[in-house]
Amino acid sequence: MKIPLKIPLLVGLSCAALGSGCVNVKPWERSVLADYTMRPDRNPLADAFAEHTWFSREAASGGRGVGGGGCGCN
Amino acid sequence: MKENVMRNTVNQTIRLVALMAAFIPVAMFAGDKGLQAGNAFPDIAGFPLEGKVPNLKDKVVIVDFWASWCGPCKESFPIMEDLQSRFGAKGLVVLAVNVDDDVQAMNDFLKKHPVTFPVVRDAKKKLVSAVNIKSMPCSFVLTPQGKVATVHKGFHGEQTRAQYTKEIEELIAGNPSRK
Repeated sequence: MKIPLKIPLLVGLSCAALGSGCVNVKPWERSVLADYTMRPDRNPLADAFAEHTWFSREAASGGRGVGGGGCGCN
Repeated sequence: MKENVMRNTVNQTIRLVALMAAFIPVAMFAGDKGLQAGNAFPDIAGFPLEGKVPNLKDKVVIVDFWASWCGPCKESFPIMEDLQSRFGAKGLVVLAVNVDDDVQAMNDFLKKHPVTFPVVRDAKKKLVSAVNIKSMPCSFVLTPQGKVATVHKGFHGEQTRAQYTKEIEELIAGNPSRK
């Protein structure tokens, strides 16, 4: 019985193609990553909005660094 | 018949994916641990560095890898300067090795944070790659024989200063050329 190799081959090639995107960035190559614009909290206003949306929709009040039960009641 | 072929194909695919997945952590975390205490530090003079490398023979040396975009490096500079001024006459050399891509970024940093110890630039990243540092900043305290005495990963303020001071005092006290 002949086993078709198309699927494993396709999966293997996909893994190889995707795997090549995994790069180990060395500590001395992180100048762009260390840039201020890369910070997720660089805009306090946007951060506050995101926080508000998050706790309202996820019922996770205080879930980001503040003590709370996550009841979403405040 | 068709089901068997399908089952074999699926099994084969799962095995292949599992095999490839098993190599992912190996590929991600493989590699040497970088220089450790007791290893010989590479001969700095043999690397194409921009700037003048001072005479390091029979000196206790701190080789400090830094960059202008590195926040803790900024904190470490005054302490490096203090160590150089306190122990320079006793045989310490602080050598700062910059790894910025942009020389202007380094110069701007040095204008804002002027220092008296020598600064060289590893523009081609040959030295830093050879040493394979694991964090920024990263400093190596070298014995007068050119071996790594200690490795400092990152910078932790006064705690790091105290460690440097202790190590430098011990190395200077044990350096026969200073007796």
